[in-house]
Amino acid sequence: MKYTFLSLIVLVIFFTSCKKDITPEYNSSATGQLSVEFDNVVGNQDLQLNTGVYTNASGETFKLTLLKYFVSNFILTKTDGTTYIVPQDSCYFLIDESSPNTTIPKLRVPEGEYSKLSFVLGVDSLRNTVDISKRTGVLDPAGTAAGMYWSWNSGYIFFKMEGTSPVSTQNGNIFQYHIGLFGGYTAPTINNLKTITLDLTARGTAKIKATKSANIHLLVDIMKVFNGTTNISIAKNSVVMVSPFSATIANNYVNMFSHNHTEN
Amino acid sequence: MKLKILIIIFFLAGIVACKKEITQVFAGFTKPDIFPTPVYHFETNPITEAGFVLGRKLFYDASLSANNTISCGFCHIQTSAFTQHGHSVSHGIFDSLGVRNTPPIMNLAWSPSFMWDGGIPNLDLQPIAPITNHIEMGNTMDNVLTTLRQSKEYPSLFQKAFGSSEINTARLLKALSQFMLMCVSDQSKYDSVMRGQAVFNTNENAGYALFKANCAVCHKEPLFTDYTFRNNGLTPNFINDMGRYDITLQETDKYKFKVPTLRNLQYTAPYMHDGRFLTLDAVLDFYDHEVQNNPNLDTALRKNGHIGISLSSSEKQQLVAFLQTLNDKVFIENKLLSEQ
Ligand code: HEC
Ligand code: HEC
Repeated sequence: MKYTFLSLIVLVIFFTSCKKDITPEYNSSATGQLSVEFDNVVGNQDLQLNTGVYTNASGETFKLTLLKYFVSNFILTKTDGTTYIVPQDSCYFLIDESSPNTTIPKLRVPEGEYSKLSFVLGVDSLRNTVDISKRTGVLDPAGTAAGMYWSWNSGYIFFKMEGTSPVSTQNGNIFQYHIGLFGGYTAPTINNLKTITLDLTARGTAKIKATKSANIHLLVDIMKVFNGTTNISIAKNSVVMVSPFSATIANNYVNMFSHNHTEN
Repeated sequence: MKLKILIIIFFLAGIVACKKEITQVFAGFTKPDIFPTPVYHFETNPITEAGFVLGRKLFYDASLSANNTISCGFCHIQTSAFTQHGHSVSHGIFDSLGVRNTPPIMNLAWSPSFMWDGGIPNLDLQPIAPITNHIEMGNTMDNVLTTLRQSKEYPSLFQKAFGSSEINTARLLKALSQFMLMCVSDQSKYDSVMRGQAVFNTNENAGYALFKANCAVCHKEPLFTDYTFRNNGLTPNFINDMGRYDITLQETDKYKFKVPTLRNLQYTAPYMHDGRFLTLDAVLDFYDHEVQNNPNLDTALRKNGHIGISLSSSEKQQLVAFLQTLNDKVFIENKLLSEQ
C-alpha cells in the first residue's frame, strides 16, 4: 500500500515534469533557426562520390560522380496544426553532394514545436517563369544554377545525377539523369515537380526557440531512384533528360526522403 | 565667285549628308500604326538609348564567345535581315555546324516564344542558349560576365544604361533584348500599301488574293505569322528533328515547327527550319506537289481531301510578286542597327 502511494507520487511528479517539458513557453513573434539536413546515402551505405560502388535492384553496379538537386517551398506544421510557410524569396536551395555546406539549408521560423515538414523537390513553375531580375542566388543561370538550367528549353533541372556503370553503353560507361519539366509555359507538358511531406512525430519533433536551434536530419536514399515502383536499369536507360521516361524516375525519387531524427 | 559657289555646294552637300544621318537617330520604340500591340513586357525592361547602345555593342561583340571569334552578329547578319545567309544550318564556333537554320532578329516584340520549337518563352532568356551552346559560342555565362567586368568600356556603359556599373545576368540579358526589340521591319511596299501610301500592281494584287486564300491562315498579316506550331508537310530531316515535340513531349506536336514570318524573304534564303529550300520557287513547288501526308499535317493543307496547295505556274509567279512586296530595304540598311 505504502509502495503504491509512493509510486503514485513518483508518477505524478514524473508527469508534471514531463508536461512542463512538452509545453515550453513559445513566443510566436520571435524566430529561431531551423536547419534541414539532407544526408545522401545509397541503401545502407554512406554516399561517397567517385569511390563508392553500389548495386541496384537490376543487379547493376554503379558509381556516382555528381549529385545535385533543388529543394524549395518549405512549409512547417506545428503540433497545434497551424502552418508556417517559409517566405519564397529565402526558400530555394541547391543541394550539392560535392559541397557539404550546401546540404544543410537553414531557415528562420517562428518559435514553436513542429511535427510536419513539407518541401518541393525542384523549382516551382512560378519561379521557372519569373522575370530574369528575380533569378538571383542559386537560381542565377550565370552562377550556381549554371549546370542546372536548360537554356534551349527554358527551365531548371530539378535533379541531376551522373555516374558510371560497366553496363552503360555510352562513351566512358557514363550514365546521366537530368530531370526537370514543370508542366510547360503555355502548352502543357510533363510535370515532374514533387512535394514531399514528412511526419516528424515518431522520430522527434523540432522545438524551435530564439535561443535554441534545431536540426531535422533526413536520410536521402539515392538507391530509391533506381529501385521503386519501376526498377530502372542503367543498361536500358543510361541517359534520361527531356523525355517521357523522366516521369518514371521522378516517381521513384519522390520516395527517397525519410526522417531519421531531430537534434533539438 | 566660282570658289564661293563651290563652297556653298560643299556646304549644302554637308547638310544633306548630315540630314541622312539625323533620320537614323535613336527615337525609342514605337509601335508601327499598322501592327497589333506587342507582347514583350516593356514594363520590366523599358528601352532607353543607353540600354540600346549597350545592347548593340554586346550583340556585335565576339568576346561573348569562348575564343573571341563569334558574336551574335556573326550568325544574325543585318544585310540578310539578321539571318546567316547562304547557310542552311548555322555555322558557329570552331567551325561547328548547328542543326537549324538561323531565323531573323526582326519584330521580336510581337513574338510570344522563340526558336523554331518555341522552347524559349521570353526574349530575355534567349541569349543564354547561344552563349552557352558548345556549337554556337561555346562559353559560360559566368565567363562572359567576368570578361565584361574586366573590360575598360563596359562598366561605364552599364552605368549609363542601368544607373550603376554593376554587371549581372539580368542587365546583360535586358540590354541585348533592348537592341533586338528595336529591330522593327515595317517599311516594306506592303506596309506602304496598308498605310494608303502606295498601290500594288496587277501581278502583286493577284498574288495578294492568292496569299489571303491559301497562306494567310498560318502566315497571318501583318506580321506574316500567327506564332503557332504546325506541320506543313515537310519530310523529317536526316537528324530526325521533331521540333515542338522535343519541348512538349506530346505526340500531337511531332514534327511541328513555328510558322515563320515571310517578311524580307529576299534576304533570308535558304528557307524552312533546316534551310532545305534555296529559292522561293522551290518553296512554292513544295506547297504545290511535295507536301507529305504526315500524321500531324495541318488541316489547312489537306482541304477537301487534297494534300497541299495547287498552284499554276502563273499563280506561283503572282505569289512571288506579292511576297517581294514584303522586302524592307530600309530595315536591312538601317545604320542604327549596324555594328558601329
Ligand atoms: C552559331 C550561330 C548563332 C549565333 C552565334 C547566335 N545565334 Fe541566335 N540563333 C541561331 C539559330 C540556329 C537559331 C534557331 C535555333 C533553333 O530554333 O533551335 C537562333 C535563334 C535566335 C533567336 C530566336 C529568334 C526567333 O524568332 O525565334 C534569337 C532572338 C537569337 N537567336 C538571338 C541571338 C543572340 C542575342 C545571340 C548572341 C548572344 C545569338 N543569337 C547568337 C544561330 C546563332
Ligand atoms: C498550315 C499552315 C501553313 C500554310 C497554309 C502555309 N504555310 Fe508556309 N510555313 C508553315 C510552316 C509551319 C513553316 C515552317 C516549316 C518548317 O520549317 O518546318 C512554313 C514555311 C514557309 C516558308 C519558309 C520561310 C522561312 O523563312 O524559312 C515560306 C516561304 C512559306 N512557308 C510560304 C508559304 C506560302 C507562299 C504559302 C501559301 C501558298 C504557305 N506558306 C502556306 C505553315 C504554313
